Amino acid sequence: MDLVTPDVGLLFWTFLSFIVLLVTLRMVAWKPMLGAVNSREQSIREALASAEAAKRDMENLTTDNERILKEARAEREAMMKEAREMKTKMIADAKDEAKVAADKMITNAQSAIETEKKAAIAELKNQVASLSLEIAEKVVKAELSDKDKQLKLVKDMLGEATLN
Amino acid sequence: MKTTNFNLIRSLILGVFFILVANPAIAASPEPEGDSEFNVTDMIMHHIKDAHDFHIMDWDGHAISIPLPVILWTNNGLVTFMSSEFQHDDTGTVVVEKNGQRFVKYHEEIYYASEAPHGATAEKPSEGVHHEAEKPLDFSITKLVFSMFLSMVLLLLIFGLSARKYDANGVPKGIAKFTEPLVVFIRDEVAIPNIGEKNYKRFLPFLLTLFFFIWINNVMGLIPFFPFSANLSGNIAFTLVLAIITFVITTFVANKDYWKHIFWMPGLPVPMKIFLAPIEFMGIFIKPISLMIRLFANITAGHIIVLSLISLIFIAQSEWAAIPAVVFSVFISIIEVLVVAIQAYIFTLLSALYIGSAMEEHEHEH
Repeated sequence: MDLVTPDVGLLFWTFLSFIVLLVTLRMVAWKPMLGAVNSREQSIREALASAEAAKRDMENLTTDNERILKEARAEREAMMKEAREMKTKMIADAKDEAKVAADKMITNAQSAIETEKKAAIAELKNQVASLSLEIAEKVVKAELSDKDKQLKLVKDMLGEATLN
Repeated sequence: MKTTNFNLIRSLILGVFFILVANPAIAASPEPEGDSEFNVTDMIMHHIKDAHDFHIMDWDGHAISIPLPVILWTNNGLVTFMSSEFQHDDTGTVVVEKNGQRFVKYHEEIYYASEAPHGATAEKPSEGVHHEAEKPLDFSITKLVFSMFLSMVLLLLIFGLSARKYDANGVPKGIAKFTEPLVVFIRDEVAIPNIGEKNYKRFLPFLLTLFFFIWINNVMGLIPFFPFSANLSGNIAFTLVLAIITFVITTFVANKDYWKHIFWMPGLPVPMKIFLAPIEFMGIFIKPISLMIRLFANITAGHIIVLSLISLIFIAQSEWAAIPAVVFSVFISIIEVLVVAIQAYIFTLLSALYIGSAMEEHEHEH
């Protein structure tokens, strides 16, 4: 029975000891230890979170880069295509223009040639006419200077011109 | 090689068993009643109970012990003297006179000499030990109180030192490497799962102090030499105080739901509610009482077993009995190392559980 009867003294000292121990340990041990553990856990959590964020940023960056690269590539493609088209168009345009110009030149040349030709022909005609006149003048002059011949001619012509 | 070792161990155990069975002295477990030579029950009882001086050993028939201060609150006020003034007497024979009052010590209780239940000089002797004699209130620094103070010093040293062993980055060094996992264990395995993430911080210092206070006193009780070996955590007063503290905390932090679940259990038919209310109400008290008895009984039982095994040597009165006695008591002591840690853990765990259940918020009726 003695064993299960609590002593007043021990009750008192246990209570006092426990309260003193609780207050003291709380101050000198639990608070600093738990504080250190908590702040360490906090810093680990933060480090992990920031690592995760950095990883995500990295991923974003990579996707961004890829996107930009893709866009750049597409742009280059487009530009090249445009350039090609432009080149073809320019060549075609140039060809057309050249053709038009050439045609025009040819037409002009032809008309000029035509005009020149006409002028030349007209000139030639005039020259021929004047030459013919001169020749005719000379011939007539010469013919007329020789009386015998004139007579002969008249005679011949008269001989030919048989009166029917 | 291994098999031979195993066989050796097996034959040893078998041999011990046969010695136990064959030896009539042990098998009959005689109670040497009135034997002045060696009384096992007295020895064990004396060990597991409190004492006013710290007995270290007997040398040449003379007890060597550390005297401890006796502090008494008597009818005439406070009286203090050293326990050595009783001259190791525990039979109520030696009378100490202080402040005009006379005291005797009988079975580690201090009585007024005129009220002592037994003893040669007792002026009013009575027959029974259980006589309700008038006693002064005894606030002595007894063996257990001394042991408790020692455990406080050790705890403050261990954990005060641990708290200083953190470097600037909060990384533990030295002893903190050992103590921190224990602290974190109590936090993560006891406080948080039972009390919950929201409230556990308020009770963590209490739970930590409780766990380490019980554990260190349990372990100190297992160490069989001065200044340890006191059976503090196997004393009902010690466990009673701790259980009461848990009870008081549980009762004070309890919310409306807790009381509702005790007196008017929701979700049950009315007759069941009426039937359950007294049971639940008793449960409020049974919980801390079970805490108290569990720790007290486990630790006391451990001490009794180890001492009984050692006593086998004296019961058998043969040096050969020392072999099984020592083997068994070492075996039990090793188990006890586990048991004392588990008991400290269980006490803390259940305290956390009771506190947690008192604060639990029931979101739905069940």
